[in-house]
Amino acid sequence: MAEINNTKSASSWKFPFRIKIENRVDNPPKWLSPTLSVGAIIIALLIGAIVIWMGGGNPWAAYSHIAKYSLGSVGVLSDTLVKAIPLMLVGLACSIAFRMKLWNIGAEGQFFLGAFGASLVVLLPILPEDAPKWLFIITMAFFGMLFGALWGFIPGLLKARYNVNEIISTLMMNYIAIEWNNYFIYAVWSERGFQMSRMFQRNAWLPRLSDLSTRWPFFSGLTTHFGLVFAVLAAIILWLILSKSKWGYEIRLIGDNPKAAEYAGISIKKNIVLVMMVSGALAGLAGMSEIGGVVHRLQGAISPGYGYTGIIIAWLAKLNPLAVILASILFGALILAGREVQPAGIPTLIQGMIMVTLIASDFFYRNRVTIIRRVED
Amino acid sequence: MDQEITPPGIENVVSMRGISKRFPGVIANDQVDFDLRRGEVHALLGENGAGKSTLMNVLAGLYRAEGGTITVHGKVANFNSPKESIDAGIGMVHQHFMLVPSQSVTENILLGLEEPRFRMKLSEFDKKIETIAEQFGLHVDPEAKIWQLSVGEQQRVEILKMLYRGADVLIMDEPTAVLAPSEIEELFNTLRSMTDQGKSIVFISHKLHEVMEISDRVTVLQKGRVTSSGINTSDVTRADLAHLMVGREVVFRVQKNEVQAGDLVLSVENLKAMNDKGLQSLNGVSLNVRQGEIVGLAGVAGNGQNELAETLVGLREAIEGKITVNEKEVTNKPVKLGIRHGISLIPADRTQVGTAPNLSVTDNVIMKNYDQKPIGQGWMVNSSEAGKYASELKEAYDIIVPTIDTSVRLLSGGNLQKVILAREISSEPKLMIAVQPTRGLDVGAIEGVQKLLLSQRESGAAILLISEELEELLSLSDRIYVIYEGEIMGEIADGDIEKIGQMMTGTRLEQIGKEGVGSNG
Repeated sequence: MAEINNTKSASSWKFPFRIKIENRVDNPPKWLSPTLSVGAIIIALLIGAIVIWMGGGNPWAAYSHIAKYSLGSVGVLSDTLVKAIPLMLVGLACSIAFRMKLWNIGAEGQFFLGAFGASLVVLLPILPEDAPKWLFIITMAFFGMLFGALWGFIPGLLKARYNVNEIISTLMMNYIAIEWNNYFIYAVWSERGFQMSRMFQRNAWLPRLSDLSTRWPFFSGLTTHFGLVFAVLAAIILWLILSKSKWGYEIRLIGDNPKAAEYAGISIKKNIVLVMMVSGALAGLAGMSEIGGVVHRLQGAISPGYGYTGIIIAWLAKLNPLAVILASILFGALILAGREVQPAGIPTLIQGMIMVTLIASDFFYRNRVTIIRRVED
Repeated sequence: MDQEITPPGIENVVSMRGISKRFPGVIANDQVDFDLRRGEVHALLGENGAGKSTLMNVLAGLYRAEGGTITVHGKVANFNSPKESIDAGIGMVHQHFMLVPSQSVTENILLGLEEPRFRMKLSEFDKKIETIAEQFGLHVDPEAKIWQLSVGEQQRVEILKMLYRGADVLIMDEPTAVLAPSEIEELFNTLRSMTDQGKSIVFISHKLHEVMEISDRVTVLQKGRVTSSGINTSDVTRADLAHLMVGREVVFRVQKNEVQAGDLVLSVENLKAMNDKGLQSLNGVSLNVRQGEIVGLAGVAGNGQNELAETLVGLREAIEGKITVNEKEVTNKPVKLGIRHGISLIPADRTQVGTAPNLSVTDNVIMKNYDQKPIGQGWMVNSSEAGKYASELKEAYDIIVPTIDTSVRLLSGGNLQKVILAREISSEPKLMIAVQPTRGLDVGAIEGVQKLLLSQRESGAAILLISEELEELLSLSDRIYVIYEGEIMGEIADGDIEKIGQMMTGTRLEQIGKEGVGSNG
């Protein structure tokens, strides 16, 4: 059968119009995909509003509070960006893997290992305590990415060599990563019995905007840190790789049809390992920027599930690295101000709803839905 | 359209009048009339995309027509679902089978029926099915699992499924596309025994010789319109039908110029390889192809042809033997190295191997040279160069597609094959391996593909043509090897069909000579 076509109609009740659903037989217009994403967010917010209203709250007040305390002033916008930085990097990590239809669910674990790698630089120590700040930044970023890449390399190699399902292996390795960190927090680097390492010395902190306040008072109190530069740079580089480079073409080809890629002489195994490592390195960089820019020590609760939120962000951005930046800011706002509305519950509900409506919106991408006048049978 | 007058004493089981069906951008059926008489095989002929399948999907209740009426057994019937159509005695066997591999024949046939209700007394139903199978000569073991069956046997299960549901009108959508020659003969016998017992059959095809052989009457569609309605097959020639189908004269024998065969390009010695199931499927193949030569490889499907093609380009590991291309050994070398040595493969499976369905035409044509100048520059793919290249190929090979950014999954079979050919030929290969390059294409497209292969031969490429269509092999090849169970049975240069046929069933050329079985030998 060349074309598949469903026409549904309620035959018992003769409403003068009926909905016709057909598979698209042409390329959908360019504006459709972003429109659907925005539409999905709006519908998710509407559903969230209904839940708030049923719980006796005022949805309008809740949403305007979220907007005001996440984007309403320079100060809160800066805090939103701080939340968005790890999301961007993790969203990018998921995007590159998903482009090749490699389902890396392990960004959370790679994030923790990245944080661990960066901590090594300070706590082992790899660099002397009084090394210059720029050297700390570079070395910590390097080690963060290295350990993240390593945590991606293992499931990548297992997949390439033994065809181990990467969804299971990456997910399981998240738990190993968290416990790995816990061992060091509880046993090795524990500070006076607390489950955290000592505070890093100041030259191992990522610079913040507020550091510039002596020269420009405008920046005083702004928490946005240097990780933003990492994230934006990574997004641009990844965009260049995916849309302009030979390697990006190979990733696209493997993602769409591995057999065709093999036939074109592209090594799938090599690329599985490579893409998993790059994906892991990006998530590792997120972990590094979080402890270097925000937490300033290695401790347990450094991620409220960034690695998993990254999956939603990657989908919301349709795996486009530049769109990941926007999607991350939206989620950063939701996490930051949502917490003020309710510590748990509604904000996570909205995140989940966005994921559901996004996936559902794909239906309109694949099918053409029209309302037509019912013809007399 | 002329209203056909049915001769007295002949009953129309199905009559479709003025059927119209449109899809976005195309009118698939435009005021189509179609009649089916009791006990006939009525061929529905047309090129790919002429609207044959659409018309029959309307009859089978899968599509709803926008206009027109359908009468079945004298009663007006506009079906809303396949179920309604089956209840009215109309069954359709699709090109792609809809069977559950891990279940038995009987289980598949009973699937979706109300009987048996809860307790599956399968042996009882095995017997019932066996009776029907015997009645129509559809030999298949009811207890066998689907995955154990050959494609031909699976098709029989699909037919049985419809007969079990009481179908007296059977629609066969390109039933021979997936079958080996011997299986086709068997299918035709079944169809004849069904019409003898009063069933009526619609036979959808674009293969003229099959239509001539099996059908009683023919309706020809061209671009959604009927160009000839219900003419007797005995009154027309193949050329007439081709003309009605394409709208112009078609040359059946392609023009083949003399080319002096040149240097040895491909030489294969004692090649052995495994298939996907880990069984040895190439048992010491030796052959050679020279410059300016088309060498055919004949054989029944599944005798190692695909494995050979894959091993030659490096997609499959050779466990023994030697492949030499232009005096360089390429055995078990990476695929990319083969591409750089000028080896090109037109794979048998266009959608699974040959193309990436969701990528654009541009992305698909640069598959083999994206890393070569001028398209690949440094670490980048130069998108304007790639676009230019794709536009040139679109023009040169007449690929019919709205833009070069269109996903290739939206292309018809013929156009998809043009995309592959454009890519493979434009790389100016020294050795081209073409596996079933015209399978599933319509007459016009087949002609185009064959001309392209011949022009490659004239420009000095060495071509190994692997095909199951003997006619095609005979008209294109300079010499023909015959493969059987992974071994070359012999080589024929004079196109002796008798000998090829014997070799295809496992007799070595030397044996034919010795025993004097060959008629011309």
